[in-house]
Amino acid sequence: MITNNLQLNENGKLKHFLSIEGLNKTILTNILDTAESFTSVTNRSIKKVPILRGKTVANLFFEASTRTRATFELAAQRLSADILSLDIKTSSAVKGESLLDTLHNLQAMQVDMFVIRHQDSGSAHFFAQHVAPGVSVLNAGDGQHSHPTQGMLDMFTIRRHKGSFENLCVAIVGDIKHSRVARSQIHALNILNTGQVRVIAPRTLLPEQTEALGVQVYHDLDEGLKDVDVVIMLRLQKERMTGALLPSEQEYFRQYGLTADRVKLAKPDAIVMHPGPANRGIEIESSVMDGKQSVILQQVTYGIAVRMAVMSMIASQPV
Amino acid sequence: MINPATQQDEITDIFIENQLIIAIGDKPQGFTADKVIDASGQLVLPGLIDIQCRVREPGFTHKASIASETRAAAMNGITSLCIPPDSKPITDNSAIVEQIHHSNQKAGNRCHIYTIGAITRKLNGEHLSNMGTLKLAGCVALSNALQPFANNLVQRRAMEYAAGQNMLVVIQPYDHALYSNGCAHEGALATRLGLPPIPEAAETAALAKDIELVAQTGATTHFGQISCARSVDMIRQAKKDGLPITADVSMHQLFLTDRDIDYFDTNKLTIPPLRSEQDKAALRQGLIDGTIDCICSDHQPHDADAKLKPFPSAEPGISALDTLLPLLFKLVEEGVLKLPQAVNKLTLKPASIFALPTGQIAPGELADIIIVDDQCHYQCDSARFLSAGKNTPFHGWDFTARVTTTMVAGTIIE
Repeated sequence: MITNNLQLNENGKLKHFLSIEGLNKTILTNILDTAESFTSVTNRSIKKVPILRGKTVANLFFEASTRTRATFELAAQRLSADILSLDIKTSSAVKGESLLDTLHNLQAMQVDMFVIRHQDSGSAHFFAQHVAPGVSVLNAGDGQHSHPTQGMLDMFTIRRHKGSFENLCVAIVGDIKHSRVARSQIHALNILNTGQVRVIAPRTLLPEQTEALGVQVYHDLDEGLKDVDVVIMLRLQKERMTGALLPSEQEYFRQYGLTADRVKLAKPDAIVMHPGPANRGIEIESSVMDGKQSVILQQVTYGIAVRMAVMSMIASQPV
Repeated sequence: MINPATQQDEITDIFIENQLIIAIGDKPQGFTADKVIDASGQLVLPGLIDIQCRVREPGFTHKASIASETRAAAMNGITSLCIPPDSKPITDNSAIVEQIHHSNQKAGNRCHIYTIGAITRKLNGEHLSNMGTLKLAGCVALSNALQPFANNLVQRRAMEYAAGQNMLVVIQPYDHALYSNGCAHEGALATRLGLPPIPEAAETAALAKDIELVAQTGATTHFGQISCARSVDMIRQAKKDGLPITADVSMHQLFLTDRDIDYFDTNKLTIPPLRSEQDKAALRQGLIDGTIDCICSDHQPHDADAKLKPFPSAEPGISALDTLLPLLFKLVEEGVLKLPQAVNKLTLKPASIFALPTGQIAPGELADIIIVDDQCHYQCDSARFLSAGKNTPFHGWDFTARVTTTMVAGTIIE
C-alpha cells in the first residue's frame, strides 16, 4: 500500500521510525537483536555508550506522556546525546505558531533527531516530510495511528519470554478502535509471522473492517482467551463512557476485565502485558497486574533498550 | 457543435450579435461579421455551469477572490458559477448579494455569478432568513450549507417557507453527530491509518430525514455532493415516488476513492470524504441512469498553509476549476457517458434545476459558448492552475481536453 516509504533510505535502512507498517521482518528482527545487546548496557553500573555523542535529540510532546517520554530521554542520555525536552503547553504552539514553524525553528537550533508525540494521526509522517535532509523523526505516538517503539518493546518482551513468534497465539483486549498501540502491535506481530493474532473487544471499541488488519475478532473475552500464549490488555480511557461507547466501568469490567479466573483460560505459562498506564479494577484486576504471569514492569525496562536500539540504528546511517 | 437541448451534434456555424446568439446554420440576412472564429477540428459547447463553487470572497481572500476564480473558471470553460452562502459575511441579506455582484462587475464580469442564499439567518439554523428579499436580490436557491438546523421543526418550516416562495432548496445531507470529528471514510483505510472515521450513515441518515421532509413539505429540493451508493439508491427511489428532487455529485468522487489517500495525502481530504470503490461505481451508475442529474466541481481553493498540516488538522476541499472540463472528457474516454450526455450534466441540466438563463446554444440565448480542443495531450500541473488554489489531487494526471476560447455573453474572455 505504501507508495512512498519515507522511513527507509535508498539502501533500505532506517532513516525515520514512523510506523511498523512498511518495515520488513529483517528490520524488525534487527531492532530486537540490537535492543538485546543494549540490555547489558542498561544493566551495568555505568549505563552509557558514546553512540550519539555530539548529537542533539529534541523530545516534542504535544500530548501528555510519562513512560514514553521518560524512556526516550533515558535512552538518548545513555547513548550520550544532548537532550532538549519541550513542554508544548508552555511553548509557542499555544501562541498560535504553526506546527511547521515550530519544527523549522527547532531545526534552526541544529537538532539531529526529533522524538514526536502529537494528537493527529499522520503527524509523524508530516514531520518526516518536512524536516531537512539528515534530520530524523521518531514517532512517539501519532493520534490513533501508530506508536512503533511501544509495538517493538512489546515484541521484545514477547520474544524474551516466548522465544519465537511462529507458534504463538496472541490476544489483544480492549479499546482497539482508538489505540495506536494496538495497530502497531498487530502490524509487528503479523510481520514477525505470529501464529494467530486475536483482538477482543465490544463492537463499539472495534474499528470497521478490523479483520483487514490481519486479526481474528472476538466479542467474548472468555472465548477469545482460550489457549493463548500472550494476553495484551489495553488501557480503557475514561472518556469512552461519556462518548456513549460503553455503558459503565462496572459492566466493562464484568465483560472485559482481566481477572485471575480468566487468566486460567489462557495457557498455563501465558504472560500478561499492558502498555500502561493501567486502570486497576477496570480493565485489569490488581491480583493479575501484580501476579506472577504479569510482565508489565519489564515492558517499561525493555522500553529503554528498544528505544536505544532504534536511535542507534538511525544514527548509524550515513546521512 | 454539441447542444444537449436540441440533441444537435453537427458541424455548423453560429452567429452572434452583441450578447446573444442570433442564428445557427444559415447566415441571417444583412449579417456581416466583425470577427470570425474558426473552430474547425474542435468542439463548440455551451459554457459549463458549476452549481457548487466557492470563490472565497467575501471573507477568505487570502485563499482566492472573485477576480482570480472567475478568470480561472472562464478560461477553463465554466461560464456560470453558483456560490454557496457560507462566505464571511454570510449571504443572508441583499447587501451581500449586491456586494458579490459588484465585485464580479469590478473584476470584468468574466463569469455569470449566481448566489445561493442562506435559508436561516447567519446560517444559525434557528431563524428563517428573509427569503423573499433574497429572491428579489437575485438568489437562485436557498441552503444552510454545511451548518445544521437546530432541529427538524426548523428545517421543516424553512423548507415550507422556501416552497411558498417558489425557491429551490439545496441540501448537502450531513448528520453532524455522525460526522463527529471524522476525516476519512469509515473503512479499511481509516482503520489502518487510525483516522477518525466518517460512517456512510453520516450522509444517509440525514438524507433519509431530508427526503421525508421533502415528502412532507413538497419543497423542490436539490441534494448536493452525494457520496454513497446507498444515497444513490434512496434518491432513485424518491424520484420513483414522484418527489420533486434532483441531485449532483462532485467530479472528484467519480475518480477517487479513500484508498487514494495513501499515506495521509491532504490534497485528498474532502467533505464528504472520498468513499469506497463500490460507492464510486454506484455514483457513476447513478449518473448514467439519471438518478444523479448533474456534476459540480465543489471547488474549494486553499492557501498552501491550509494543507500543510497533519491530515486530521488540514482543511478539506479540492481546487477543481482547472480540472473540471478535462475530467468530464475523461468520463467520456472511460465510457461512462457519451459526450452529449456528459455535456448535458454540466450545462442544460444544472441550468434547468437552478432556472438559469443559460446552458444552450440556440437563437435568442445568451452567447455563453466555449471551444474545446479534445485532441491534445498534456499533464495536469498544479503550478499552472489559474485558480489561486493549487490544492489538487490530480497533479500529474494525463488529460486530453482543454479550452481554447471562452465567450461569456458574447464577449471573448482573456
